[in-house]
Amino acid sequence: MAEQPAFDVPELKPYPVIPKLVEDTMAHSQPFVAKSDFQEPLGFPGELVDDWQDVAIKKMGELTDRYRSLQVFLDSCVKCGACTDKCHYYLGTTDPKNMPVARQDLFRKVYRRYYTFAGKHMPWLVGAEDLTEEVLDDWYKYFHQCSQCRRCSVYCPYGIDTAEISMAAREVMDSIGKGQKYCNEIIGKVHTIGNNLGLPEPALLDTLEGLEEEIEEDTGVAVKFPLDQKGADILLVTPSADFFAEPHVDGLIGYAKVLHEAGLSWTLSSHASEAANFGMFIGSYENMRKVALRIREAALDLGVKRIVFGECGHAWRVAYSFLNTLAGPFDFLDPQYPVPQHICEVTHGLIQDGKLRLNKSENDDMVLTYHDSCNVARASRMGDIPGGQFEIPRAIIRASCNHFYDMPADTVREATYCCGGGGGLLTDDLIELRVKGALPRMEALQQVVEDHGVTHMAAICAICKSQFAKVLTYYGFQMDQIVSVHQLVSNAIILTGSEQEKEAELSEAA
Amino acid sequence: MDAASLALTFLYYGAALVLVLGLALRIRRYATVPAPLKIPTTPAPTSRTGVVLRMIRELTLFESLFKSNKWIWLFGWMFHFGLLLVLLRHLRYFTDPVWGWVAFLQPYGKYASLMMVIGLLGLWFRRLAVDRVRYISALSDHLMLALLIAIGATGIAMTFAVGTDVVAVKAFFLGLMWFDWQTLPSDPLLYSHLILVALLMLVFPFSKLLHAPGVFFSPTRNQADNPREHRHISAWALKLEKGNG
Repeated sequence: MAEQPAFDVPELKPYPVIPKLVEDTMAHSQPFVAKSDFQEPLGFPGELVDDWQDVAIKKMGELTDRYRSLQVFLDSCVKCGACTDKCHYYLGTTDPKNMPVARQDLFRKVYRRYYTFAGKHMPWLVGAEDLTEEVLDDWYKYFHQCSQCRRCSVYCPYGIDTAEISMAAREVMDSIGKGQKYCNEIIGKVHTIGNNLGLPEPALLDTLEGLEEEIEEDTGVAVKFPLDQKGADILLVTPSADFFAEPHVDGLIGYAKVLHEAGLSWTLSSHASEAANFGMFIGSYENMRKVALRIREAALDLGVKRIVFGECGHAWRVAYSFLNTLAGPFDFLDPQYPVPQHICEVTHGLIQDGKLRLNKSENDDMVLTYHDSCNVARASRMGDIPGGQFEIPRAIIRASCNHFYDMPADTVREATYCCGGGGGLLTDDLIELRVKGALPRMEALQQVVEDHGVTHMAAICAICKSQFAKVLTYYGFQMDQIVSVHQLVSNAIILTGSEQEKEAELSEAA
Repeated sequence: MDAASLALTFLYYGAALVLVLGLALRIRRYATVPAPLKIPTTPAPTSRTGVVLRMIRELTLFESLFKSNKWIWLFGWMFHFGLLLVLLRHLRYFTDPVWGWVAFLQPYGKYASLMMVIGLLGLWFRRLAVDRVRYISALSDHLMLALLIAIGATGIAMTFAVGTDVVAVKAFFLGLMWFDWQTLPSDPLLYSHLILVALLMLVFPFSKLLHAPGVFFSPTRNQADNPREHRHISAWALKLEKGNG
């Protein structure tokens, strides 16, 4: 069990309820501010600049010149209220500033004041406001209570995506010296070392050797985890959490077993040892690009033919939707394969082609459900047809285990709820927000636990996995009830020449 | 021609100018600000044709709103399609002879005004009654509904109750179009209706009514999901790329 929290954990209700709003319930929630050591390497001022109002307002104008999304979204909202009950943070906290439109309005009211006719001349009429210290405080608090999950954008009649507004607001705040420590420290580590955790090459090598030993002990097969192997066909880029965190590492073992069994030549890179790209969370195109370019550099340096990404939600958004833009063109890679590919696409293809043998009963100790990660669900695709991002992971789970049940339809696929820790909020200084934001997912999980005896929830996102491992316990679940999709594959796969293969042959003979 | 008619004549030229010019400038802005990243809300169509179909569904069926909230969808749809029919019906005041299909729509357009106002009242009721929507409403959000309802109500009163000299109204608007200005009957209801409509035209390019052009430019809806197949790059991003070598 978790230690006694300093806040009330919401109760799991038997059916979803739209709560009455209660103002300022989360007005105390804010992450640590980045010190100059974390600001300056990213090209941001070290601390709040003297003329921050002017700088911020000017930056706002630059961003509306740069991003059509921002410009159109700021103008188009009609305050219809369709999004007001769609955000997990609103549902979990009841704070009205966590309603997507109200969150946007924190930014919009300043935009109106300085950039629209009505707001300049009749601010009282249209709810326009000066950029004051209080407003900046609200920005810092509530734009760090948005996980940029895009659920609101699904339901908006104009497709207004609060993620775009929250990215812009964070970029404005960075530009005046009020950045968030968690994200900016991590981006700095990627720029200097190559991954979020700051794992240098020797540590990486050591970890990978440990994993090789573990698999060999388990199966009797020497599955390798090649690092910086020039001339390999596939560069595997995976979130660095996969190298040590639970249940992430079981997923990494799964990828290695799949690639080994399929006879594919692959390598990890110590230069691009991170799939995550927190540059997106802070809305910084420049930082996002710089992080993404490491992957291009590694691919060129190692002379690979394909790039494959491991299980990570926002990383897959950046990879699938942005990599070609940020670090392309990838005309030096094998044109037969999409750039990049998701490990689930690779595994699914191999299952389809009959190249993997999976013993589903190896996972009979679990009854599974699947959590669609927000960025995979609403900001990317897998395979050739829209919606492949929902079908392919489920097909892999079904091929790997006997017992699978989906959570209620309004909580999965494009309607999926964020885990509560995405968008650069996976930090202990925001634990209350994370716990409360997980409420809608926890309620959906509770339902399939009761209806179908579900014991485990699988996911394909490093943030989701870390977040659930932490918050599940607050709701009376166990931290190990969250698993990696490739962990299921890893359990079920029968490697050629393994102990499991011999057992299977014996039981068949008997 | 009396002074009131003359004032209204100039009001309409002014309102039309503001509406057309204001919208044109705004549309130019939406069209020229770059969209540097592929951000369609997925699952999204993978082809241009698919995108066109998605946009048509959004514009005619309010697909996303339907997924979201059936009450807002119902009232919003009633208002917008009521308004569309009403506007089309009003083409009879600007065409001579009246086009056949406009004449055909006449009875439907008349009753559509009721649907329109019922939708608006429903939306206003929600804005006042639902705590979440009340919280996000500014004064302008209420006034916009009041303005539209007042336009609808004055129109309905003239159509169904007291009537007005529609022949003279038509002469007035044709006169506006052909610079052959005519006198408008001095009917207070008619004047109210027309002044409110002019007001709506004047605020259009400076208000949330910009959602009308905005929806066509929303990247989450109008982009095709094909970033792996086609490299999407904006001019400023390309410049950034060149600068860094």
